[in-house]
Amino acid sequence: MAVEIVKERYRSQVREVVLGATKEEGGTRGKTIKVGGQTALPFLHFEGENPNRPVVAMEVWDIVPEEWPDNLKSYFEDVYEDPAAWAKKCVDEYGADLIALRFKGAHPDRKDASAEDCVAVLKKVLEAVEVPLIILGCGVSEKDNEIIGPIGEAGAGENLLLGTAEQDNYKSVASACMAHKHCIIAQSPVDINICKQLNILIAEMSTPLLDKIIIDPVISAVGYGIEYSYSIMERARFGALQGDRMLAMPAIANVSQEVWNKKETYVPKDEEPEWGEQADRSLAWESATAMAMLHSGTDILVMSHPRAVEIIKTHIDELMQNS
Amino acid sequence: MIIIGERINGMFRDIAEAIREKDPKPVQDWAKKQEAMGSGYLDLNVGPAVSDRVSAMKWLVEVTQEVSDLPLCLDSTDYDAIEAGLEVCKRPAMINSVPAVQDKMDRIFTMANKYNAEVIGLAMSAEGIPKDAESRVALAMELVANCDAYGVPLDSLYIDPLVLPCNVGQDHGPEVFETLRQVKLLSDPSPKTVVGLSNISQGTENRELINRNFAVMAMACGLDAAIADACDEELIAAVATGRVLLNMDIYCDSFVDVFKTQNL
Repeated sequence: MAVEIVKERYRSQVREVVLGATKEEGGTRGKTIKVGGQTALPFLHFEGENPNRPVVAMEVWDIVPEEWPDNLKSYFEDVYEDPAAWAKKCVDEYGADLIALRFKGAHPDRKDASAEDCVAVLKKVLEAVEVPLIILGCGVSEKDNEIIGPIGEAGAGENLLLGTAEQDNYKSVASACMAHKHCIIAQSPVDINICKQLNILIAEMSTPLLDKIIIDPVISAVGYGIEYSYSIMERARFGALQGDRMLAMPAIANVSQEVWNKKETYVPKDEEPEWGEQADRSLAWESATAMAMLHSGTDILVMSHPRAVEIIKTHIDELMQNS
Repeated sequence: MIIIGERINGMFRDIAEAIREKDPKPVQDWAKKQEAMGSGYLDLNVGPAVSDRVSAMKWLVEVTQEVSDLPLCLDSTDYDAIEAGLEVCKRPAMINSVPAVQDKMDRIFTMANKYNAEVIGLAMSAEGIPKDAESRVALAMELVANCDAYGVPLDSLYIDPLVLPCNVGQDHGPEVFETLRQVKLLSDPSPKTVVGLSNISQGTENRELINRNFAVMAMACGLDAAIADACDEELIAAVATGRVLLNMDIYCDSFVDVFKTQNL
């Protein structure tokens, strides 16, 4: 007897968000990237549409990533003094779908780079690569609020993805996005209620921004509570498919940031012999973390290790077959 | 629970006049207002006083669609008027309603199949509204069987157990709640359920209080939809709260506003 496949029917879909803008659209990108639009759970092609493939962004910093372990730094040794060259290498050699430009140097304890410095870096990177850009600050809210306005203005027309709005600090980023028509990252601390509330707060400032929000539910690395991140993503996606328009946003995961500051990725083998080779271990850590988030339905993975990027992109190819 | 906004009905003087004068403004104002309060559907009823119900229904559908993308609930005992409305609906609509009477079910489910429409099935027969839950459920089963036989998906059928005013039919209240629970066991997928909410408070004092209490009690019994006054703020707040407490909507601090803006 033939087995009938039981299919779940959902009544709604994830919003589709376009990142970047080509010349015709007022920007200078070679092509745009579309994310979201799903009408079923991740990769369940028999139940609905997963019209856009998940994408991998690679991190580029405005300063040398001193804290990265050698096995990661070695891939960028020739370029990490120059963000533009670094970005170009990520795209040309390592297949990055987009670049996540992190202004780590703006941190008051690092270079305390000014808004002008940041804008100069942005312009160089925009010239060097044709992929859409994600903009991430240094993590200190006061400083990020200072630089985000000028960055938004300098990138006007490019439809950047600007980070990072949080529940108690979203107005500067939202204003920059409204004024210069960029997309916005809405970050919530592994909390589905705040995730939803922040989207509402942003919508109250500007209803059109609803279709330009990428949610960042904040992920954790393998071994650091990734189960919680996974279940938040799962809940948000179920909500979206069942008609919750305030949770129906594509999602981003900062894999690289969460992984490369964990001891499992940088402690050498001679300190922890049972853990095995640090180079293999750290590669596995970033790949496994990204893999879990990919399967949770994350649309944009921000990563660093070129080999991990390759593993994930190959896996995305496999998952998107028969889509 | 989904709110089916009840206000575009020829029983109200402004709508009756709008239909008579072919003035779309009152209809469109109410459509927008009800949508802004979180209605999931808009009920359209041409009312009793209209001479040509067919063209009136067609007109109501057309002018409502000009300002709202919500699905429409075509409310009439004149099936020609419903069919005329279905013909011009841009997206699948809901038929309101059919009793468990064979020739009427034959016509309505054929129409539902043809126009991919949902159907409100009334738990009443030619003999009228039964008094107890058991008889209501038996009639619901007839509706389910006919729905299935005509190839209409069972989850497109909304069973209305029929609500009577609490001052005259007080003993019907518990029977309605019991019917709501039992209807869910009739089939897999189960039919959905709907009530005409304002009926419960017909002729009483403090109607809003009665309406919203009945609404949340019925929600707890599994009620899926209610034809109701979408502009009753307290009712909308109560329904939004009920949805959160029943784990139908994910909580956030602005949960009442979210219910209203669900169509954004």
